[in-house]
Amino acid sequence: MTAVAAGPQAPAPDPGTVRGRVALTHQLAERGVDRVLLLAVPGVLALVALFCYPFLYGLQLSFQPAHGGVLGAYKAFFSDPFARKSIWQTFALAIPASLINVGASVPISYRMRREFRGKRLLLAVLVVPITLGTVLTAEGILEFYGPAGWFNRTLHLLGLSSSPVKLTMNYTGVLLSLVISGFPFAYLLIHSYLSGIHPSMEKAAATLGADWWRRFRYVTLPLLAPGLMTTFCLTFVMTFAVFPSALMVGDPDGSTHVISIEAYEAALQRFDYAQGCADAMIMTALMLAVIVAVTALRSRLYTGATGGKG
Amino acid sequence: MTTGSLPGTAPPVQRPRSQLRELELRGVSRAYGAHLALKPFDLTVRGGEFVALLGPSGCGKTTALNCLAGLLPLTGGEIRLDGRRVDTLPPEKRGFGMVFQNYALFPHLTVRANVAFGLKMRRLGKAEIRDRVEAVLRLVRLTEHAAKHPGQLSGGQQQRVAIARAIVVQPPLVLMDEPLSNLDAALRLEMRSEIRRIHQEFGLTTIYVTHDQEEALSLADRLVVLRDGEVSQVGTPAELYEHPVSPYVAAFMGYRNMLSLTAMSGDTAAGRGLSVTGTPGGGPVAAGQPVTVAIRPEDLHVAGDGEPGGGAGTAGTAAPAAVVGEAVAEVVEYHGRTLHVEAVTAEGDRLHLRTSRPVHPGDALRVAAAPERALIFPGDGSAP
Repeated sequence: MTAVAAGPQAPAPDPGTVRGRVALTHQLAERGVDRVLLLAVPGVLALVALFCYPFLYGLQLSFQPAHGGVLGAYKAFFSDPFARKSIWQTFALAIPASLINVGASVPISYRMRREFRGKRLLLAVLVVPITLGTVLTAEGILEFYGPAGWFNRTLHLLGLSSSPVKLTMNYTGVLLSLVISGFPFAYLLIHSYLSGIHPSMEKAAATLGADWWRRFRYVTLPLLAPGLMTTFCLTFVMTFAVFPSALMVGDPDGSTHVISIEAYEAALQRFDYAQGCADAMIMTALMLAVIVAVTALRSRLYTGATGGKG
Repeated sequence: MTTGSLPGTAPPVQRPRSQLRELELRGVSRAYGAHLALKPFDLTVRGGEFVALLGPSGCGKTTALNCLAGLLPLTGGEIRLDGRRVDTLPPEKRGFGMVFQNYALFPHLTVRANVAFGLKMRRLGKAEIRDRVEAVLRLVRLTEHAAKHPGQLSGGQQQRVAIARAIVVQPPLVLMDEPLSNLDAALRLEMRSEIRRIHQEFGLTTIYVTHDQEEALSLADRLVVLRDGEVSQVGTPAELYEHPVSPYVAAFMGYRNMLSLTAMSGDTAAGRGLSVTGTPGGGPVAAGQPVTVAIRPEDLHVAGDGEPGGGAGTAGTAAPAAVVGEAVAEVVEYHGRTLHVEAVTAEGDRLHLRTSRPVHPGDALRVAAAPERALIFPGDGSAP
């Protein structure tokens, strides 16, 4: 804020001549290029080796089917009603499961901000499924919710149902498994987003006359919304790629014939690698489309600081 | 221009001086487990008054404010607003305005929407909300920033938004929790007068929490000094400034020289190479009793040659300004026309004084104070 104007002969060098003389390292550092960037090298290498190469390899493979020209595999997918239906079946599982996971996490984490007796225990119970593999969860579901499982036996003992309720080997079983394994992720993410919102926000809203619902509606929810969308994207990706549970507790030849199963069967049962790759590419494109849509929506929301000072 | 409550144009005519006649706190207390953060606390605030709760951090002042706002439940006592009990109401039903230390502005809303929030919660009409928000933004001089988000504002501007948001609902009581502590010194001074101006223009009743005695003295009509959850003294700024009842309050009011001496009589004390003629500050003092003598730096000066009174040991000289003792200047700070001097006596006591004479570190000084400006408190200073 010095008001002194530097004259033409001032010691500050003319920017035109500086360009050439300033050391290259400084110029690079100005653009964020310095030695710290080397830390990214192992990660980038791993990404190239484990993701970029297989992805591009698969992509080119998908254009080389045995029959039907370059786009033959894609044409085959979309002309087969059973294969085409797998898109709908995947969405029918992934969207409700993600919405349930996000939706159930909000009120629970909202309450969990307060201290209460048994909070740690409850937290552990909520988060433990994250440590269980999908296969273990699926086996558990079979044992517990199966036709002869504890759940149905309890219902039967209580006289609530005469014949076992069918909760496994169908859509419900897969949805259950996706909720059980996806909820901890959603909860942990939303919990941390929520604790990033300064408690004084709600206090301020309260002193301004907002009851709990309007505090949530007008203050907490708008501040949380970007986090909800990010969480939705992550759980959606996880549930969209559902595979083991769709096989184990679902109905892989019918209502839970999801797109990953379609790809698996093409590649590893019919040994049509091109078709399997094409299916995987279609799956990727669909996931990307949803993520792009949600991210575009998210960018229209307020996404700045959620702390005390504006 | 519809509601006739435009504070920017003609405030004193249309606005009642204060919506509140009397706020009464009776035995208000707050405990965290076994720890009493706020001991039973009585205070009556009249409408239009500006009351400052003053004390160091952890003294219970913010607890008291949160209890008033309803953000913390009381563990005892009651709060009455014009006879109506409010301590059982949740914060949203009390209708008090609150300015938070961190401002707590809603970052996702514009300045205008932040200010309108309270009005929207009261379900007022769109036109009325717009008019009242515009009026209050004019009052805090933020009209041109109305469309910005809080993140785009400076600290002082954010602070004014916080005040605007709290007062636009015309609350009977405004609570402010150290609203200036996050601002730099120059802005703090500016906002201090701003707060007082708004308080007067709006006919507000304000309770203001601060740890800054200067802020409290300059803003408040009445001060409440708290210590460890307990009221030490309540009084006007002049009362507290001139007649603190305890060494604790005195220390808070800028009596920086706190000398632990022994009483020689009711109004003289000596010891540690010093001798002071003073005024009893907190009750009678008996000879031989340990006392604390409190003197402000600005009331302690370098004795002139003509000033009466001997050096150390010759106590009891009644005179306009009596020499207290001798000390060697150690730190000399230049503050415009006066120098702030920190001097050390032979016994190692530090004296803080002001002088307009040239003093250099290492100079031996004879230090004097007027008897009515040296307060003698019973006790050795460590006890309250």
